[in-house]
Amino acid sequence: MKSHALAAAVALTATGLATAGSAETLRLLTWGSYAPDALIEKFEEMYPDIEVEVTYSNNEEMIAKLRATGGAGFDLAQPSHDRIYAPQIEYEIYKPLDLTKINTGAMSKVHLDAVLENTTIDGEVYAVPHQWGTSGLMANTSLAPDVSGWGDLCDSQYAGKTSMRLRRTILLGTAFAMGEDPFAAYADLDAYQDLLDRVADELIECKANIKAYWQGGDDLSAMMLSGEIVASETWDSTAYKLYNENPDIVFIPPETGALTWIDTFVIPAKGQADDAAYKWINFVLDPENIKIMSASTGAIAAVPGGTELLPEDKRAAVSAAFSDEDIENLKFFANIPPGVEDMEGKTLEKIKAATGG
Amino acid sequence: MSRDARRLSLILLFAPFALWILLLIALPHLGILALSMREKVAPRVYEFGFGNYAEFITEPIYWNTLLRTGSMSLLVTFLALIIGFPIAYYIAKIAGKRARGALFLMCLIPLWVSDLIRAFGWILLLRESGVISRSLQWMGLTQSGIEFLYNDAAVIVGLVYTVILFMIVPLVSTLDGMGDDMIEAGYNLGGNSLTVLRRIIVPYAMPGIVAGCIVVFMMTAGSYLTPILLGGKNSSWFTEQIYNQFISRFNWEGGAAFGVLLLLFTSGVVWIGLRLSGQSLANTVARS
Repeated sequence: MKSHALAAAVALTATGLATAGSAETLRLLTWGSYAPDALIEKFEEMYPDIEVEVTYSNNEEMIAKLRATGGAGFDLAQPSHDRIYAPQIEYEIYKPLDLTKINTGAMSKVHLDAVLENTTIDGEVYAVPHQWGTSGLMANTSLAPDVSGWGDLCDSQYAGKTSMRLRRTILLGTAFAMGEDPFAAYADLDAYQDLLDRVADELIECKANIKAYWQGGDDLSAMMLSGEIVASETWDSTAYKLYNENPDIVFIPPETGALTWIDTFVIPAKGQADDAAYKWINFVLDPENIKIMSASTGAIAAVPGGTELLPEDKRAAVSAAFSDEDIENLKFFANIPPGVEDMEGKTLEKIKAATGG
Repeated sequence: MSRDARRLSLILLFAPFALWILLLIALPHLGILALSMREKVAPRVYEFGFGNYAEFITEPIYWNTLLRTGSMSLLVTFLALIIGFPIAYYIAKIAGKRARGALFLMCLIPLWVSDLIRAFGWILLLRESGVISRSLQWMGLTQSGIEFLYNDAAVIVGLVYTVILFMIVPLVSTLDGMGDDMIEAGYNLGGNSLTVLRRIIVPYAMPGIVAGCIVVFMMTAGSYLTPILLGGKNSSWFTEQIYNQFISRFNWEGGAAFGVLLLLFTSGVVWIGLRLSGQSLANTVARS
C-alpha cells in the first residue's frame, strides 16, 4: 500500500519535471506595471518556447522572498540599485551576470556606470540598469506656490496639509535639507546614527504639521486630488499621473537634489532560466518595447534619450518638473551598507511612536 | 481484515488533522521560536542568545506599542460585546424563526468582501472630503471639512465592525439554548429586567461571552490592515512593527522574537480573562 503511494508520488513528480523541461518558464519578480501584458505577449510570440510568469512586489519584499528561499523560485528580479550589495553580502541571493550576453551598448552610460559601481562584488557584476526615476516633492502650485525643499513640508503655513511616507527616503531628504550628506556618513555608522538622531528630532517636531503618513500611491493620490493636502513627498511617477488630471499639481525636485533610484535586472542565485532572462533583458532594451514599457511604468528607461521614449503626456510632466540644472543635481541613492536598514528602521519607529501632534 | 480496515480508516480520518497541526501550526511556531533566539554578530554569522528579547525589554517604544495594542484590543473587545450582546439576544430570543435567518445573513454580509475593501469603505466615509464630512457641510453644521480618519477612534470603529460577527455567533448559539421559562421564572420571583439580566441571562451566556471575547481579542491584537489603513500618524500597532522588522529592517530574528512575544502576551491576557470569569477553554471556545 505504502510503496504504491510512494511510486505514484514519484511518477507524478517525474511527469511534473518533464513538462517543466520541455517549455521553459521565465519567472519574473518585478514591480507592478513593469511587465505590461502587451510586452509579455510580444515576447512569447518571439520566443514561443518561453512562458513568462510575473509576480509583482517591491524592493523589501523581493529581497525577503529571495532570502526565504536562498535565491530560488524566480529567474529574474528587479530590485533598485542600492538594494543589491548588502543583501548579496548578507544572504547571497544573486548570481553574477555574464555581461557579454547583455546588450549593454544600448544603455545610457551614466546609469550603467552607476549600477556597475554599486553592484560589483569581488570583480563580479550583479546588476544592470533598466528604468530610473526620482523621489522628491509635489505641490499644488495654486495652493502652495513656495514649496522648494524637503523642509517646506514642515512649514507652518501648510499646517495639517502636508504628507510624507515614513520610510528611509524622507530620512535621507531631511538630512540633505539640514545641510548634511547622509551618503557620506554611511562610511562611519556612529556618525550616521548621530545624524539619524538629529533627523528624527526634526521629523518628530514636524509631526504636528503632517496630516497623515501615506502608505502607497493610491492614498497619496486621493489626498492630493481632493485638496486635503497641498504638498507631499512623492515618487515622480505618481506626481506625473496627477499632473494629467490637474496641471497645477507638479513634481518638484527639492533644491538639495531629487533622490534618484535605478531599478535593475538581477538573476537570483538559484534561477533556472538564465538564457530566457538574458533574452528578456535585451528584449526590453529595444526602443519600440521601451515605449510600451515606459507608458506602463511612468519611469524613464536607462538608455540614451530615455525621456524621448516616454509617451507625450508623461514627457510634458517631466519637462514641467525638471530643468537641466535639476538633472545635473540628481542624487543617486548610495549603496546601503549592511546594518543601515536596521538603524533607519528603528529611527522610523521612534518617529512613529512619538506623540508630536 | 475488517479490523485492519477500520484502523486504516481511523488513521486516514485522523491524518489530515494531525498533518495540519504538525505542519502548519507546530513546526512554523517552533521555527519562529528557534529563529528568535539567533543573534546576528556579523553578515551570515549567527549565535544563540536572547539578545532579541533583551532589545524588546530595553526599548520602551516596543513594549509601549505592545501595551497600546493590548489595551486598544481590550477596548474593541468590550465594545464588540456591548454592541453585539443586544443583537445576539434579539436574534436568539425575540426574533421569529424566519426573521432569524435573514438577520444572521445580514450580519454575515460584510464578510463577503475582503478586509481591504471594508477598510476602503470606511476611508470613503470618514475622510475629510468623504461622505460624512460632506453631509455635515451640506447640512450647514460645519463650514470646513472635518477629518474623521487617521486617528485611534477610526481604528477602533473599523476593528469593531470587522470583528463583531465573531462575538455575535457564539452569543447566539449560547443564548439559543436558554429556555424562556428561566426568564419568566426570574420575573415571577419579583426580579426586574436588570436583575434578570444580571442574575440569569449573563451567567447563562457566560461561556458564549468568554468564547466571543477570546476570539475577538485574538483577532484584533493580530490584525494588520485596519490599523494601518485607518490609523493616523501616531497610531502604532504591534503587528506593524513585526512587519517592519521582517520586511523593512531585514531583521527576521527581531521580528520572530516580537511574534513570540505577541503570542505570549495575548495568551497571557486570555488566561487572566478565563481565571477572572471562572471559565475554562473546554466549556467556552471548544464548545461553541
